[in-house]
Amino acid sequence: MEPLRRAVRASAHFAWDFLVGDTPEVILTTGVLVALAFALHTHRIAAVITLPLVGLCGLAVGVWRGSGHKNA
Amino acid sequence: MTLLLATSGTATSTAAVLVAAFAASSVEMVEALTLVVAAGTRSWRSAFEGTAAALVLLAILTASVGLPLAHYLPIDALRVTVGALLSLMGISWLRKAILRSAGRLAKHDEDAIYARTVGALGEKGAPASKRDGFAFAVAFKGVMLEGFEVVLIVISLGSSSHKLGPAALAAAAAAVVVAGVGVLAARQLSEVPENTLKTVVGIMLMSFGTFWIGEGAGVSWPGSDLSLPALIAFFALAATGLAFAFRRPIADRSSATVAGA
Repeated sequence: MEPLRRAVRASAHFAWDFLVGDTPEVILTTGVLVALAFALHTHRIAAVITLPLVGLCGLAVGVWRGSGHKNA
Repeated sequence: MTLLLATSGTATSTAAVLVAAFAASSVEMVEALTLVVAAGTRSWRSAFEGTAAALVLLAILTASVGLPLAHYLPIDALRVTVGALLSLMGISWLRKAILRSAGRLAKHDEDAIYARTVGALGEKGAPASKRDGFAFAVAFKGVMLEGFEVVLIVISLGSSSHKLGPAALAAAAAAVVVAGVGVLAARQLSEVPENTLKTVVGIMLMSFGTFWIGEGAGVSWPGSDLSLPALIAFFALAATGLAFAFRRPIADRSSATVAGA
């Protein structure tokens, strides 16, 4: 039972590190992208403009935090 | 005219899938090969066994989870899932590549990683026999972790655009090229322009991710697949702009943070 528990814990740890880690803005941006895509799918122009811009904003926040402004 | 546009759109997206799968696989395989070669300095037999065990496990995972998912999940749900996954990896890769080219993160140095791994393995003492648990573990972990990302990228790119075969072939070609370079000149792996490759892959993953999330949710992109080159150009410009905006003066770069892959 103990090996199974260890394997589950290691997998959960790996999944958390892979998906969130120390850059929660990445998964947050992805979540916002998905939500906006569904919210705007009937507004073609708005969706086509907004989705890439949201990706860019998430990337910019990630770079900004990674460049040493985490505690700013 | 419509047929011509559709054909050129499909050709463009096929080329983009192939380039992205090949480049992503090359980057990950260079990283895995560095660890396998380092493990081989202790015991080649165990390093190869560790590599083989990881490849078998990855094949089982791909066959049992990845392929059924790609075949049985409704296409729109698959596209949103795959798009989210590609966006997630794309933002992460591109973020690190930008920080590295801006001098905010230390470049990924295969020579340093090789030396560090060999040093760490040396501290374990000489292997008692031809088989060595440490060499097996290092090779297994390296191939498993890097291979996992390759599998995710290839299945994601291939399944959502019905190009799983070409994407897998591109990844296999990358494996052959990297293994060939590794056999001929293992220590030259540090010459691979890894940050440039990571930037290109990050841009492509973000573009495909945004595109598939939109497609899966029902957004109709102008020109369908022809929107992809526009998205790639947009994220390439954005990456260049961000690297420029956050660049650190060359004199300060010696203190750049050392980070992993």
